[in-house]
Amino acid sequence: MTKTFKIVVLAKQVPDTRNVGKNAMKEDGTVNRAALPAIFNPEDMNALEQALRIKDKFPGTKVELLTMGPLRAADIIREGYFRGADGGVLLTDRKFAGADTLATSYALSMAIRKMNPDIIISGRQAIDGDTAQVGPQVAEKLGIPQVTYAESISASESGKITILRRLERGIEEVSTSYPVLITVNATAPACRPRNAKQLMRYKHASTLSEQNDNEHNSYLPLFNMEELTIPEWGVADVGGEEIKYGLSGSPTKVKKIENIVFQAKESKRLSASEEDIDSLFIELISSHTIG
Amino acid sequence: MNNIIVYIETENGKIADVSLELMTKGRELANKLNCNLEALLIGDKVSHLSEELFLYGATKVHLAEDSRLEFYRTLPYSAIAISLFKSEKPQIALFGATSIGRDLAPRVSSALTSGLTADCTSLEIGDHNDAKSGKEYKDLLYQIRPAFGGNIIATIINPEHRPQMATVREGVMKKMALQQAANGEISKIDIKPILNDSDFVVEIIKRDIQERKIDIKGASIIVAGGFGVGSKENFKQLFELAHLLGAEIGASRAAVDAGFADHARQVGQTGVTVRPKLYIAVGISGQIQHTAGMDQSAMIISINNDPNAPINNIADYAIVGDLNEVLPRMIKSYKKNIK
Ligand SMILES: Cc1cc2nc3c(=O)[nH]c(=O)nc-3n(C[C@H](O)[C@H](O)[C@H](O)COP(=O)(O)OP(=O)(O)OC[C@H]3O[C@@H](n4cnc5c(N)ncnc54)[C@H](O)[C@@H]3O)c2cc1C
Repeated sequence: MTKTFKIVVLAKQVPDTRNVGKNAMKEDGTVNRAALPAIFNPEDMNALEQALRIKDKFPGTKVELLTMGPLRAADIIREGYFRGADGGVLLTDRKFAGADTLATSYALSMAIRKMNPDIIISGRQAIDGDTAQVGPQVAEKLGIPQVTYAESISASESGKITILRRLERGIEEVSTSYPVLITVNATAPACRPRNAKQLMRYKHASTLSEQNDNEHNSYLPLFNMEELTIPEWGVADVGGEEIKYGLSGSPTKVKKIENIVFQAKESKRLSASEEDIDSLFIELISSHTIG
Repeated sequence: MNNIIVYIETENGKIADVSLELMTKGRELANKLNCNLEALLIGDKVSHLSEELFLYGATKVHLAEDSRLEFYRTLPYSAIAISLFKSEKPQIALFGATSIGRDLAPRVSSALTSGLTADCTSLEIGDHNDAKSGKEYKDLLYQIRPAFGGNIIATIINPEHRPQMATVREGVMKKMALQQAANGEISKIDIKPILNDSDFVVEIIKRDIQERKIDIKGASIIVAGGFGVGSKENFKQLFELAHLLGAEIGASRAAVDAGFADHARQVGQTGVTVRPKLYIAVGISGQIQHTAGMDQSAMIISINNDPNAPINNIADYAIVGDLNEVLPRMIKSYKKNIK
């Protein structure tokens, strides 16, 4: 028997902040967040592909997604299924609300303990926060090594895993033992497309909340819902200290939020005079465009 | 005393610019808080770099030296920082938002359960009144950063947890040495009780780190020059403005073909596509092959002496005039108006 691995991919559902084009703006110049579609965080897709490549090489390997978010984040687990994953867990609980990266990492680490993988792979960062903190923080909470900015991963039977890292000004190749947490860069290969067979098989995969909530699901008992039920875990399922979750587990607080107000789009003509340039720069500084 | 500690990153035996920028900012914050500025320096044969840190105002350099610490590795470096922060209890700890800083700082903050704010664009000292508990907090670190894809600016605080930790990208803060070095001392960290073999489980097999390579794609501000800039020599004015703004330099193909700028900086159909927060087009006419690579920028400012240049049609602000007058005025205005 060849070696098999248990892999958990951390993935987040995010608003598509990259497409805050000129039309996702409200009249007052602020972003209309509701107008942004919820998507699978791009670098988490790269992470999923790395996990699936390990599975290609070591058949029998199990790839599961773990996502924390509201009920609709079950989309992430379904998307994982469509692309070849074996399942996933939705971590959802009101008690997680208001979590900063530290409290998020705590919740994820508690769920990971329960899933007990050899390898944890996540995207380098999520586009709604760009912090790149959750991966390293989860690794610390689990007391395992982290390898960030991976571009390719080669697992081996010998108990060693080799990772090529993309750094600001070059590459580094490292090897380590299991368990390990790896974060993947956008420069890694894109994720494979959805697989038609997987799509047919898992399109009705849903959480119990979704099954109970949806009146139109009356035909669902026709399917083998046991295979198709996405587990939902809350604080009660993963355990841990309640104070470390959500708002109370978050050392950082948001004191103030300023919406960036974009100026009207017709172009303004300015002269080269000192006064014109001065007033432009004062405006740019006060809108935090520069500074 | 609860001081400020800046993590010092080194590359090829030199201190990274971002660390010196943080020392400069840290000095300003330390003056306001009436505390000391200290540095954490980890590596192999790096003690001589302390002199430069004294010149940036460090009153103490915490030094961890060992041949196994020649290259950055997460586990041993974080173990040293965690142990130092536990014993020194700094009120603020600053890291560069580099590949290394963004790997190290979260690991440290997790172990200390202190908060961490990534990629701050501004750091200030201020008070806070908690509306819910009615508690007053004096002299907190305001960690100011763009969020949500740059569409909002958030001010983050850590009222209850220390150290207050933040990362800052290179080029965001200014770098300025003192006229006269601070009267500083080196404090050696005894690493024996801190590190054990399992901290070296990640082995570096190969490293290939190049000298700085140009990559303007991720820049949030781009100052781009065209054929109208006139010469390579004259591009220096763009570099000066870009340095102040923390911007990258872009160029049109005509400017690249003329040898004014490196090809890696070319924006457009046959160059890179960029979508910065601010794009300043200097002496660029705005042909479609160029604008295809930059018209999604959140804000565009053009500087052109031709009122009918096509670039003006997509610019939010079109400055009609000679770039040789406008650029020095911009530099002057920035210096005058920035705090
Ligand atoms: C297949 C193809 C692909 C191409 N791909 C690209 C591409 O990727 N990127 C790209 O940039 N171009 C590309 N081009 C070239 C493009 O068509 C233009 O020729 C080029 O962008 C022009 O560069 P420019 O605006 O710097 O120069 P010019 O068109 O010469 O414009 C110079 C501008 O500077 C202004 N000016 C002059 N002096 C001053 C002064 N003292 N103060 C203020 N303003 C001044 C002038 O009014 C003028 O508007 C491509 C062309 C082709 C055919």
